[in-house]
Amino acid sequence: MTLWEVDIKPRVGAVDRAGLRVEAEFHDLGGQQPIQVRTARGFLVQGDFDQAGIRELADSILADAVVESWTAAQVGDDSLAESPGPEFRLITVMPKPGVTDPVALSVLDTLSRFGTPAEAVCTLRKYWIAGLGDDEALRQVATKLLANESIEQWILGPVAQDHISLGTPSAFVKRTVPIREASEAELMEISKSWQLSLTLVEMRTIQARFQGLDRDPTDIELETIAQTWSEHCSHKTLAGRIAYRDERGERHFDNMLRETIFAATVQIRRELGDQDWCVSVFKDNAGIVKFDEQNHVCFKVETHNRPSAIEPYGGANTGIGGVIRDTLGTGLGAKPICNTDVFCFAPPDLTADQLPPGVLHPRRIMKGVVSGVRDYGNRMGIPTVNGAVYFDRRYIGNPLVFCGNVGLIPVDKASKEVQPGDLIVSIGGRTGRDGIHGATFSSAELTSESERLSGGAVQIGNAITEKMAMDVLLAARDRGLYNAVTDCGAGGFSSAVGEMGENIGAEVWLERAPLKYEGLTYTEIWISEAQERMVFAVPEKHWEEFEALCRSEDVEATAIGRFEPTGRLTLKYRDEVVGDLDMHFLHDGRPPVVREASYEPQAQVAMDLSESVDVPNTVYEILGSLNVASKHWVIRQYDHEVLGGSVIKPLVGLQQDGPSDAAVIRPVLDSRRGLAVSCGMNPHYGDLDPEAMAAAAIDEAVRNCVAVGADPDRIAILDNFCWGYTDRPETLGSLVRAALGCQQTAIALKTPFISGKDSLNNEFSYVADGERKTISIPSTLLISAIGQVDSVDSCVTMDLKEVGSWIYQIGATRLEMGGSHFGLVTGRQGGSPPTLQAAMARRIFQRIHHAITQGFVSSCHDMSEGGLAIAMTEMAFAGGLGAEIDLGQIPMCETVTQLEPTARRLANLFAESNSRFLVEVRPEHANAFEQLMSDVPWGRLGKVANSSHLRINEAPAGGSSETLAEIDLVTAKQRWLAPLDWN
Amino acid sequence: MGRPRVFIVRAPGTNCDMETAYAFEKAGAAPEVFHLNRWLESPHRADDFQIICFPGGFSFGDDVAAGRMVAARMQRLLQDALRSFVDQDRLVLGICNGFQILIKSGLLLKNDEEGRPVATLDWNDHGRYEDRWVKTAADRTHCVFLRGVERMELPIAHAEGKFAAVNQETLNTLKANGQLALRYVDDRLTDEVLPFPVNPNGSMMNVAGVCDETGRVFGLMPHPERHIDVTHHPAWTRRRGHCEQGDGMVIFENAVEYFES
Repeated sequence: MTLWEVDIKPRVGAVDRAGLRVEAEFHDLGGQQPIQVRTARGFLVQGDFDQAGIRELADSILADAVVESWTAAQVGDDSLAESPGPEFRLITVMPKPGVTDPVALSVLDTLSRFGTPAEAVCTLRKYWIAGLGDDEALRQVATKLLANESIEQWILGPVAQDHISLGTPSAFVKRTVPIREASEAELMEISKSWQLSLTLVEMRTIQARFQGLDRDPTDIELETIAQTWSEHCSHKTLAGRIAYRDERGERHFDNMLRETIFAATVQIRRELGDQDWCVSVFKDNAGIVKFDEQNHVCFKVETHNRPSAIEPYGGANTGIGGVIRDTLGTGLGAKPICNTDVFCFAPPDLTADQLPPGVLHPRRIMKGVVSGVRDYGNRMGIPTVNGAVYFDRRYIGNPLVFCGNVGLIPVDKASKEVQPGDLIVSIGGRTGRDGIHGATFSSAELTSESERLSGGAVQIGNAITEKMAMDVLLAARDRGLYNAVTDCGAGGFSSAVGEMGENIGAEVWLERAPLKYEGLTYTEIWISEAQERMVFAVPEKHWEEFEALCRSEDVEATAIGRFEPTGRLTLKYRDEVVGDLDMHFLHDGRPPVVREASYEPQAQVAMDLSESVDVPNTVYEILGSLNVASKHWVIRQYDHEVLGGSVIKPLVGLQQDGPSDAAVIRPVLDSRRGLAVSCGMNPHYGDLDPEAMAAAAIDEAVRNCVAVGADPDRIAILDNFCWGYTDRPETLGSLVRAALGCQQTAIALKTPFISGKDSLNNEFSYVADGERKTISIPSTLLISAIGQVDSVDSCVTMDLKEVGSWIYQIGATRLEMGGSHFGLVTGRQGGSPPTLQAAMARRIFQRIHHAITQGFVSSCHDMSEGGLAIAMTEMAFAGGLGAEIDLGQIPMCETVTQLEPTARRLANLFAESNSRFLVEVRPEHANAFEQLMSDVPWGRLGKVANSSHLRINEAPAGGSSETLAEIDLVTAKQRWLAPLDWN
Repeated sequence: MGRPRVFIVRAPGTNCDMETAYAFEKAGAAPEVFHLNRWLESPHRADDFQIICFPGGFSFGDDVAAGRMVAARMQRLLQDALRSFVDQDRLVLGICNGFQILIKSGLLLKNDEEGRPVATLDWNDHGRYEDRWVKTAADRTHCVFLRGVERMELPIAHAEGKFAAVNQETLNTLKANGQLALRYVDDRLTDEVLPFPVNPNGSMMNVAGVCDETGRVFGLMPHPERHIDVTHHPAWTRRRGHCEQGDGMVIFENAVEYFES
């Protein structure tokens, strides 16, 4: 066997785009001196090729003769190390052995299809860099810019190895872990050294169990228990016992989530009676609600925070890949129809010296995360239609990555049941050593050492493998070839088989699982979190057809066991029992923990509004603040139109650059029925009052949906709690308080929670100046909403449409400046966060919806960050039209009316009170519209104008109207577009 | 004859097959979607069809280069069957990834005298995937799919869509042949490379789609199947009641009509 290398470069005279990108990123990250970078992409090919054969491969498959040139030679040949000039130094980057290399796999597959198989293929990238100086500078660039050492290796100079590592077989050794006699300290040492993340009480429970059985557990048993009991899989904190105390008194929860969020849904469903439109909530991989006669829809949003902190691209990749598998594993399998993604990062313009040790630069994280979601979501052929990006310095060690997916499922496929005797079948990706301990890792706190320690938890996805699995899954579903399906997520087979077999029992033949490479132990096979795998319960009689269907599309399907009515989980490797656990102990044996939680409301300090501001500049500042600024750089990298059902896109208006409130899709192409997807989140309110944050997030998600035309009586919501270290009573207390807020608001708005997911202990610790420091993320609650639209033809967008139309504000403005963007950009502290008048909110949503379906509404925009001033400006520049409004016409509650003129003005312009909309109405509909709004607060603020300004007027008491401010819409739009207008 | 039958090819990673089939069906054709493997197993499987369509997506993940893995299979395993299909006065359409496949398979543009490809679809100038709407115009072409078409607004969604020819001479010849069938435009149609985002990827001569010498094989980067409904257009709420169907529908209708006349 020979190891060949093919290097491919841009043709002479062509632009080296990859090189330019590295140069730009070097300077983005603070590099001062000018550098020059030349690049090549390359392949190592190990196999029986001669010179002619490898040249043929390079010419016909690997390189594009029109724009590229190539060099092919045996590794070590001088031609491969040829430098563009004497001042250039070479860095070669390759995936570490065992890391998924999708391009290499495709080449391998193609070669074998052509009858010239190779033994192994590996991709590489070469960078020749001039201007950097010494080896240390090169090392810095290699590690900070070119390679991510958690998945890649880099070398100075050309490839030097003589073969591609394919793993080595390992001898089978059954291992037991002596715990029966272990002391408390030893138990904790076992938990730590095995990365089990189990507490002492849990370790002692396991110890007692095995003392009773009169044997020690095997390694695989211990791992299975740890994974099943992990926070990630069992949600033991939030679904556990909590003793909660706040200013209203004490409360004991046996299962906090069940008694708050889930309870809200139960109550709403009970009140709906026959009209209940929920189908399956909080039990399957995603929540399911009714859609039309033929189909239900399901929705799930997952977090994938910790892997994304360490390897942003792979972390986000596998985040979106994972939530898509949730949809595929809901009921008998739903068809994914759209994605959502919400990210939280530290500001991307921080300088290197502002970063604590051990974190990646936020700009690098953001770019990696965005491209990770992009490359996976786009390849899956699922439109990414909605999202948000939120910035706060406290996300510096723990960026948050929320990936959501909506699925469509035929009404008769919404439930599943494993039958005894069914084969346990795994399809899709092979099992490798990737992602070992992901479930337990994601339940632990990140430290500056995590990057070094937890490389195994980080993976790269292969979207096409998942797409192929999806294609056969949906075909097999429609042919009725299986009884149940679930995804292989955190915890791998252990979690998937353990859950599916919980009420029956299962026997697993671990040696049958197809492996990526040799050398995995039976435990590694069992707990590997290798991506793109789905697990089915296939009746024996359908196995042949199921396997043939998979094979016909090159999808590997393997029976790895059988569900047996034993109540036990029996794990075998080459016929030897290596694990034998009682399902009941596994799923219900975890010792209950009572956690303390306390919440104390903060004393509220009013925001000082006595001093006026330069209104236009404040508007420009808010528009240019990162949370409000245009996210077009992200949005346009996502295919938001694939599947052919796009109705309202994320960017709308005259030049298709206005910020849409929600996306609308038509999932069934020959129907007019639509789905609206939106979200609400504002951690700044949570800093002041988590309950108010919860109410505001739900209100925002719902009003975003309503603003585009969704029916407020058919909106379902999801919760994602990302919090700090919940062992601290006050941290857990603020979460409980938010959950209570969710409960009340959901009931009042009649928006059922149908699914949710939490991620706790999002703290980052490091040592600086000999002191241990910790950064906790702000308490972050994401609410995602899915609404329904009877006919998409009635949908509206937020851009102003027509000169002469009236502009209305619906919903009252209150003195609510706390956590506002006005406070953020002016540096003013204090103020109350927005409160929710839920009954009025519900009425407003219904009236708006009625007006939209009647066709009275030309445009409609939700009022959120930045308040009236920002919402109005956005509507104007998105429509390419001006407007003139009068602050005296604003519907305001007494707290605002009573204010001094300056303060009243600021509140009217910038308060972020809930449940408010700006609506454009043509004059001929004005009467009917106003009548419709008679029982909600409304005001006719002004008119759409043929100008490039937003003119804000005010009539002083008894006086005539004066112009208070003129906002130049060209400047406003530029300021809004600029901050994240990246190359 | 009855409704023309459309053979829609689905490779691993193809993802626009269902909506493309829907567009053909709406236009009056009878589409069927086949996995590439079925075709490789029996290369003449498409012989009973009138139209072959390669829809958009990421066949084989765009690994190595967009469309390359399918194109390589076609060159080696389906060449004769495809050639004879085209020679029998039938149609081939490649959309986005399908265009990438067609151009890299050599079916669309003839290789030069030394057997080298004359043009390709390279990375977008800005180096990223981009989803955005563009204005296109047909440029005096005999392309069957563009009959009667002046302008179309359509979305693009790709990373590798920059039309690049080996030299200017090739471009001139293709233009003279009417093969540079569809172009990105603002107000006017021009050969001078228009700036981003009018020309979203830096294509030479603003080329958005090309056809073969017969005008019966056509590939384009924009997605006509994503503009068949009024509500597909990003500004449809600004022009309610002004149009009845999306601009892209005509591509599918022209294909069907070709077999009716």
